[in-house]
Amino acid sequence: MPTYLGMPAFPQAAKKAVADSQLRRNLTHATTAIRTKRAKAVGELDDWEQLRQTAKAIKDHTLANLGTYLPRLEENVTKAGGRVHWARDAAEANAIVTDLVRQAGADKVVKVKSMATQETGLNEALAAAGIAAIETDLAELIVQLGHDRPSHILVPAIHRNRAEIGELFRRTMDDAPAGLTDDPPRLTAAARQHLRSEFLAATVGISGANFAIAGTGSLVVVESEGNGRMCLTLPDTLISVVGIEKVLPSWRDLEVFLALLPRSSTAERMNPYTTIWSGVTPGDGPQDFHLVLLDNGRTDTLADATGRQALRCIRCSACLNVCPVYERTGGHAYGSPYPGPIGAILSPQLRGVGSAIDASLPFASSLCGACYEVCPVAINIPEVLVEQRARSVADGQKHYSERIVFGASGYVLRSPRRLAAAQRVASFGRHLAGRSGRIRRLPPPLSAWTDTRDAPAPPPESFRAWWARTRGTGQ
Amino acid sequence: MRIGLFVTCLTDTLFPDTGKAVVTLLERLGHQVEFPMAQSCCGQMHFNTGYRREAAPMARGFAAAFGGYEAVVTPSASCAAMVREYHPVLAGGDAALARDVAALTPRVHDLATFLTGVLGVTDVGAYFPHRVTYHPTCHSLRLLRVGDAPLRLLRGVRGLELVDLPEAETCCGFGGTFAVKNPDVSAAMCADKVAAIRQSRAEVVCAGDNSCLMHIGGALSRMRTGVRTMHLAEILASGDAA
Repeated sequence: MPTYLGMPAFPQAAKKAVADSQLRRNLTHATTAIRTKRAKAVGELDDWEQLRQTAKAIKDHTLANLGTYLPRLEENVTKAGGRVHWARDAAEANAIVTDLVRQAGADKVVKVKSMATQETGLNEALAAAGIAAIETDLAELIVQLGHDRPSHILVPAIHRNRAEIGELFRRTMDDAPAGLTDDPPRLTAAARQHLRSEFLAATVGISGANFAIAGTGSLVVVESEGNGRMCLTLPDTLISVVGIEKVLPSWRDLEVFLALLPRSSTAERMNPYTTIWSGVTPGDGPQDFHLVLLDNGRTDTLADATGRQALRCIRCSACLNVCPVYERTGGHAYGSPYPGPIGAILSPQLRGVGSAIDASLPFASSLCGACYEVCPVAINIPEVLVEQRARSVADGQKHYSERIVFGASGYVLRSPRRLAAAQRVASFGRHLAGRSGRIRRLPPPLSAWTDTRDAPAPPPESFRAWWARTRGTGQ
Repeated sequence: MRIGLFVTCLTDTLFPDTGKAVVTLLERLGHQVEFPMAQSCCGQMHFNTGYRREAAPMARGFAAAFGGYEAVVTPSASCAAMVREYHPVLAGGDAALARDVAALTPRVHDLATFLTGVLGVTDVGAYFPHRVTYHPTCHSLRLLRVGDAPLRLLRGVRGLELVDLPEAETCCGFGGTFAVKNPDVSAAMCADKVAAIRQSRAEVVCAGDNSCLMHIGGALSRMRTGVRTMHLAEILASGDAA
């Protein structure tokens, strides 16, 4: 993900984001609306929890048996007339796709929104090879025209409002209709007209996939706008880049996910467009189909008994929409195409914790648990975050002064005698408080607290001292 | 029933009145409460920040201090959840400790569910003539699943006017060390919580965790809102002045 190199740690990026009034307003408006709608859509099903546990079980079974299902997928895609390529990492995936586009003789491709190609930085790799990639999802187009980055998995331009989008279209879209206003239907119509000529001229389409069915070699793309259907059916060549965790054993398994995904992501009972194809059908749709199966850190993640549950993710975004941290920082602060709670556990696992941003992501959560509660595949995100924190602490290179503080406080807190002694010392701290009985300022690092919040003054007597004085210590 | 009070290190050190309120309340209901002096801390802050090695002896100490009690009551849903959910993890490979922890954890209750679930009371005989709103703390809501137990208790308090808190289930931004490691996001979350409390026009905001109340209260006092925080136990222990 070359565009994310040099991202600052989460707290620094977030500091800027929480001060951006336009961003805060856009995010609160959008996430409040979508999470209310989701709760209603989910509430309509009385077997939601059962569906959720079933989905979890299907994913866990499949992930534990990739050695069976991936070769089966390859075999059936090949049998149906497609070609399967295996990519160990982002560079390999990008090289495979670039070669395929060149072989097709194209210098332009149309794309359906795809998280896998965001992850590999495919657009940048294609651009370096002189190939233009046109994003056809409305929000992705907004992001692309603005030389911006996506900030949400489902709604990549959630950080922009209609006024900002109107201004962007008038400035960057050479075929924007005269007098284009900020009215959403007119903005959509302008994008539609702009994209139509691209769809009709394209010879190569690039997509990801929501699901890949091993039993029949079928790929599934779920979308709302119909741009996906265009990209998946009009070009002569179709290249789909798909993470290896997207495989499902059979169509019966797919049914469960098609019930969970739309309600969780767009709060719809059913999404408007579901495109499913198996290899090549003579005379119908692309005649040249390539499936690029992407690892890029997934097998390493699979080796982690706690962290592997992140691979169950179906990219619905429900966790982003309920996250109080995401709502206040937006997606860019997470420095990854995968923002929000799922990004906080996925990015450090896929990319490692070598960079400032990846090392800080496990700590970018108050552990409130709202993400786990809404996750349609029951990923216990707080559990993984805490596990990642323990790893971070166990890595002797980091948190030098913090380790001393936590070592010392652990020494005190595990002993009632030392705790009582510390309480007697802390009690003098009450003299720091003024007449208000509140402490207004403390030295670093506790100043991070008192910059915005008062601290309580310690009482003259702790509870245990009161108990010992009034009731005695004999138990 | 032999009841042990697990007061928690935070309440012990900074909010002793909450501990005294739990004692007053349970004694008023006719129960005897003991405070085992061997208790210290459940290890939540260390565990959640990644310091498992430091947290492990605290899980051991907790099991030793409370092993003999039929019920352990604590005025912190968050610490109760820590004991129930993660002490088994911390016991790890130590088979004897794991057995002790497994036997003990189902007997560990937060105050609200102990009153409504174990003792089966919702009217604790309290009198508190004030306009109060209730903040369901994240761990009480999503880890311990106390449900409406605190609200049923508050509705049983004479004179108390209970008002809804808008966006009640949104985190206040405390999150333990999160409040210091990500101070800007934490403060932004707290600002919205304070705005919701102001919107409720309550004079007292109440919760089952002093940690979250310390956070919310710190902002309420910094902004001179004139709204105060009170632990649920202190409201339930309030009696007639007469």
